[in-house]
Amino acid sequence: MNAIADVGIIRCALVGTPNSGKTALFNALTGSRQKVANYPGVTVERKAGVVHTPSGLCFTVVDLPGTYSLRARSPDEEITRDAVLGKLASETPPDVLVCVADATNLRLALRLVLELRQVGRPMMLVLNMMDIAKRRGIEIDIAKLSDLLGMPVVAAVSVRKGGIDAVLAKFDEFVFTGGRECVWKVPSAKDLRAGQHEADSIIRSVVKMPAHADTLTTRLDAVLLHPVAGLICLFVILFVMFQAVFTWAQPLMNLISDGFAAIGAATHAVLPPGLLQSFIEDGVLGGVGSVLVFLPQILILFLFILLLEDLGYMARAAFLMDKIMGGAGLHGRAFIPLLSSFACAIPGIMSTRVIDNKNDRLTTILVAPLMTCSARIPVYTLIIAAFIPNRAVWGVLSLQGLVMFGLYAGGIFSALGVSAAAKFLFWRRQMSPPFMLELPDYKLPSAKSVVLGLITRAKAFLTRAGTTIFAMMVLIWFLASFPRPPAGATGPAIDYSFAAMLGRLIHPLLEPIGFNWQISIALIPGMAAREVAVAALGTVYSISGGGDAERQIGQLLAAQWSLATALSFLVWYIFAPQCASTLAVIKRETGSWKWMWITFGYMLALAYVAAFATYHIAVALGAG
Amino acid sequence: MHGTLHDSPPVTATRTPLGRGRPGFRGRIDAIETGGNTIGLTPEELERRLIELGFVEGASVEILHEGAIGHDPIAVRVDSATIALRRREAMAILVI
Repeated sequence: MNAIADVGIIRCALVGTPNSGKTALFNALTGSRQKVANYPGVTVERKAGVVHTPSGLCFTVVDLPGTYSLRARSPDEEITRDAVLGKLASETPPDVLVCVADATNLRLALRLVLELRQVGRPMMLVLNMMDIAKRRGIEIDIAKLSDLLGMPVVAAVSVRKGGIDAVLAKFDEFVFTGGRECVWKVPSAKDLRAGQHEADSIIRSVVKMPAHADTLTTRLDAVLLHPVAGLICLFVILFVMFQAVFTWAQPLMNLISDGFAAIGAATHAVLPPGLLQSFIEDGVLGGVGSVLVFLPQILILFLFILLLEDLGYMARAAFLMDKIMGGAGLHGRAFIPLLSSFACAIPGIMSTRVIDNKNDRLTTILVAPLMTCSARIPVYTLIIAAFIPNRAVWGVLSLQGLVMFGLYAGGIFSALGVSAAAKFLFWRRQMSPPFMLELPDYKLPSAKSVVLGLITRAKAFLTRAGTTIFAMMVLIWFLASFPRPPAGATGPAIDYSFAAMLGRLIHPLLEPIGFNWQISIALIPGMAAREVAVAALGTVYSISGGGDAERQIGQLLAAQWSLATALSFLVWYIFAPQCASTLAVIKRETGSWKWMWITFGYMLALAYVAAFATYHIAVALGAG
Repeated sequence: MHGTLHDSPPVTATRTPLGRGRPGFRGRIDAIETGGNTIGLTPEELERRLIELGFVEGASVEILHEGAIGHDPIAVRVDSATIALRRREAMAILVI
C-alpha cells in the first residue's frame, strides 16, 4: 500500500448499520471540518471531512448512508453499495473501509462486516459506544474478535473528545495492511443466513452478555410504547413541538420581518423614488426577507427532529403511528413532516428526509402543502371576520370558529384522500416495503451532533431554497411593477402591470368560481406567499397601508363581494398552490420539475373544482 | 412482566407463527417460511429482509409491545436488538 502513502491523502469510507452511531463518530472525527453536499443526480446527502492523525497522516472521511447489507434497497443504500465497490462515477474509490458497530448490539453489524470483508478492501472495525456496553456489563474480547475477523478492531467512545484517540492511533498502523480481490456478489437468503450464523458464533465466543437487556430502555418503553400511554405521550411531545414552532419562532420572525421593513424604509428614504427604489425595497429586500423569515421555524422544527431522532424516539413515533397513517397509504414516519406543515410546508417538506422509502416520501411531499399553514391564517381571519357573523351555534360554539375549523379539516381530509389516490395512481403495482425497523436503545444526544445537524439544515435551506425562492420573488415583483403606469395615471400602479394583464387574462377562467377581476389580479402577487394576497387586494382596491389597513380591507370586501364569492375564495385558499416558495422547495427536494408540476396541477384542479362547487351551491342557496 | 410461566419454551413441539403472539410471548426461531402472503415483496426478498434484521433460526425472540389498533404492529426483542414489524410479515417467523 505504499502507493497510497505516496499520494499523501488516504480516502476512507465509514460504513455501518443504521443506529450504529456512525454519524456521531464521523462528527467526532471531523468536527467542523466537514462538508455536506448532494451526490450528483440524487437527493442523498454526501458528508465528507478531513482527519489528521497524530503521526501526520491525512485522511478524507466519507460518511456513507447506513445499511444492513450491500444489497441496496433504497437510493441511499445504492450510494453506499456503489461507493464501497468503487462504482460511483463521481467518487474516487475508498482506499480503506471503516466499519462502525454499536458495541451493545453487535449481531447485525457483524453480519455486515462479514459481507463487507468480501469486497477485499483494507478494513477495520470500530466498536462504538464502548462506555455504554461496559456500564451494562457487556464484555468483549477485542483481541480475539480482531483475530477471528482478520482485521484491526478498536473501541471508541465517540461522544467524548478523548474517545477517538485510540481510533486515530489505529488509523496510523492501519494503512499498511493490504487489500484482496473483490469476491462480493449480491447475497441470497442462504448467504445472509450463513453470514448471520457465523456472526452469532463469533459473538458467542467473544462477547459476554449480562442476563438482562438495557433496563432504562425497557422501563421507558413500558410507558412510551404502551398502546394508550404511548399515544398520549406522543401527542404531548408533538403538541409541545407544534407550539414551539408556532410561538417560539414568532418573536424571531417578527424581528426578521421588522428588520427588513426597517432596512426597506431606510433605502426608501435614501434612494430617489422610482424603479431602482422599488426594485431594492420590494424586489430584493422583500424577496430576501420572505426567505429568511422562515429560518426560525425551520431551525426550531429541526432542533426537535434531531433531538427526537438522536434520542431514539423517532422510530418509536413511527411504530405508534404506523397503523393510523397506514390507513391513508402514508408511512408512520410521515406524521412529523405533515404536522410541521401546519406551521409551514417548507420545513415540513424538508423534513420528509426522515422517510427512507422514495415513494412514501414523494406521497408525503405531495400532500404536505394541503395542511393549513400559518400563512393562510391572515387570509382566513380577514374573510371570516368580514363575512361570517359572529354568532353562537348551539349556545357554546362560535360560528366563526366553526368555519375556521372546517377549513383546517378540509385540508386534512383532502390530504388523506390525495395520498390514497396517489398510491393508487402512481405506485399501485409497487407496494411500499413492509414496515420493519429497528427500535434503538435510548441514548442522550450529543450537543455537537445536534448543532452540526442544525447548521447543515440552515445552510441547505438558505442556499438551495434561497436561490430559487429569491428568483421567483424578483419575477413576481417584475410582473407587478412593469410596465410602469403612464404619466397622469389615476388608478393604482399595479393596474397597468403585467400582473394586471395576467389577472384580466385569467379572469374569464375564474369568473365561473365567482372571482371578480380584482381578486384575479391579487392572486398573481399572492403567489409570493399566501398572506401577500391580503396586501395585494388592498393595493388593487387602492387602500393605502397603515395601522388599520386590514380592517379597512375587510369592510370594503364585505361591501363589494357576495357571500358566495367570499366562501369560494376561502375554499380556493384551502387547495390552491398559492406559494412559489413551496413549489421551489418541492422542485429542490424531489430533484425534478415533474413533481413540482404534478403538485401545482392537482392543487389547482382541486381548488377550482371545490371553489366552483362552493360558489354555485352558495348562489343556489341565495348567497349570491 | 416476565412471569415464571414464560420462562421456559412451550412444552409442545408445535410451531407458532410470531405474528400470532401477544406481548410476553417468547421462544426460539425454528424456521423462516415466507409463503404466499407477501404483498409487494417476493417471498425470497421478505426472507432476506427478515434475516438482515436478525431473524434467523436459533435466535431468541420475545414480543415486548403491540400497537393500539388491531394489536399491530409489534415490537420484538431479537437477541440483542428490538425490531418493529407488522404481524403480516411476522407470520413468516415460526417459533418454538
